[in-house]
Amino acid sequence: MTKIETDITLIKNILGKIADPELPILSIVDLGIVRDITVNNGIVEINITPTYSGCPAIDVIDLEIRATLEANHIKNYRLIRSLSPAWTTEWMTESGKQLLKDHGIAPPLPLQAVCETEYFQRDEAIACPLCGSYNTRMISRFGSTACKAQYQCNECLEPFDYFKCH
Amino acid sequence: MLAYVLHLADNALVAGHRNSEWTGHGPILEQDIALSNIALDLVGQARNLYQYAATIANDGSTEDSFAYLRDAREYKNCLLVEQPNGDWAQTITRQYFFSAFQQLYYAALKGSADKTLASIADKSLKEVHYHNKWSAEWIIRLGDGTEESHRRMNLAVNKLYQYTGELFEAAHYESELVKENIAVDLRTIKEDYYENINKVISTASLPLPGNTFMQTGGKTGLHTEHLGYLLAEMQFLQRAYPNANW
Repeated sequence: MTKIETDITLIKNILGKIADPELPILSIVDLGIVRDITVNNGIVEINITPTYSGCPAIDVIDLEIRATLEANHIKNYRLIRSLSPAWTTEWMTESGKQLLKDHGIAPPLPLQAVCETEYFQRDEAIACPLCGSYNTRMISRFGSTACKAQYQCNECLEPFDYFKCH
Repeated sequence: MLAYVLHLADNALVAGHRNSEWTGHGPILEQDIALSNIALDLVGQARNLYQYAATIANDGSTEDSFAYLRDAREYKNCLLVEQPNGDWAQTITRQYFFSAFQQLYYAALKGSADKTLASIADKSLKEVHYHNKWSAEWIIRLGDGTEESHRRMNLAVNKLYQYTGELFEAAHYESELVKENIAVDLRTIKEDYYENINKVISTASLPLPGNTFMQTGGKTGLHTEHLGYLLAEMQFLQRAYPNANW
């Protein structure tokens, strides 16, 4: 591997340890917030994208990336925030989805399965992260954070968060 | 260009601020959270737009100075979004009339020759789909609900319909940018807009408002009295304690 490739792998590993402030079980790499890492003339360029326009976590994430890089003695870097292409749950890693499920949050379905625009059209069934049953119902389209909806399982009665497809 | 970006930002900020007035006052917890989330999305869209406006102005203006240090006459939002919350029916109707507009508007703005506006539109549109669906479903549920909910929805629709006309009147700062393929040509989305909202109003078993006088002026700074009160509350802290930070 060239020096630059080594650097990029190293930086990716460092960033992979930064937890998302609102979903601390996931790293910002798992969530797909870190879009790209490049090294040009010794300057590390890190491209990040917010999940939702109003996500309050993005400023904290920005700060944590800077602090982490400084702590690892990486001084020459540039943080770029891009909005396009817009963030989608498709960018979440498979291990990230499994982690969500392990912690009681139903992971997002693949994009084409939902995002139904017809009114009162039910989204595809979401499996309860506790008992696995598909006999669940939506309580509210909006949940504890912008990226989640509230559901309840009709079988085991567990209320749970569903990470909306976006 | 600056005026145009501020107009888009003001629309999102004022709509978002109105919804945030419900935070802690929603009829049930889930709907309180829903309105707060919609407010968060809209204020987030406004931030992206104000940040872009600050780079265009390039005179030391910031997203905060645009939001907190301009008076009502400098605000370019449409009259619809500044209308008071009223009861639940009025809040929902205002949100639906606005979301239905934003949905078509951002979809068109995605094709703008200005790459920054196109990417903000792309990002925002995904959020607006949820707002539109949520508010339309409430209109249908309540319009087609009890005698009382039907009566209130009917009042709200009739009260706010007169502010929809302005959405399609191009301000002087828009016309030039339409030629350059930067701003959205409002004529291209008007027909779809009324078709969409009329369909929802009919499904809600509410009578369609007839041809009515349309109020205009907000986009060029001539507002209803309500915006002044909204700004007084929103800007109080920065006016009383300049540069306060937390």
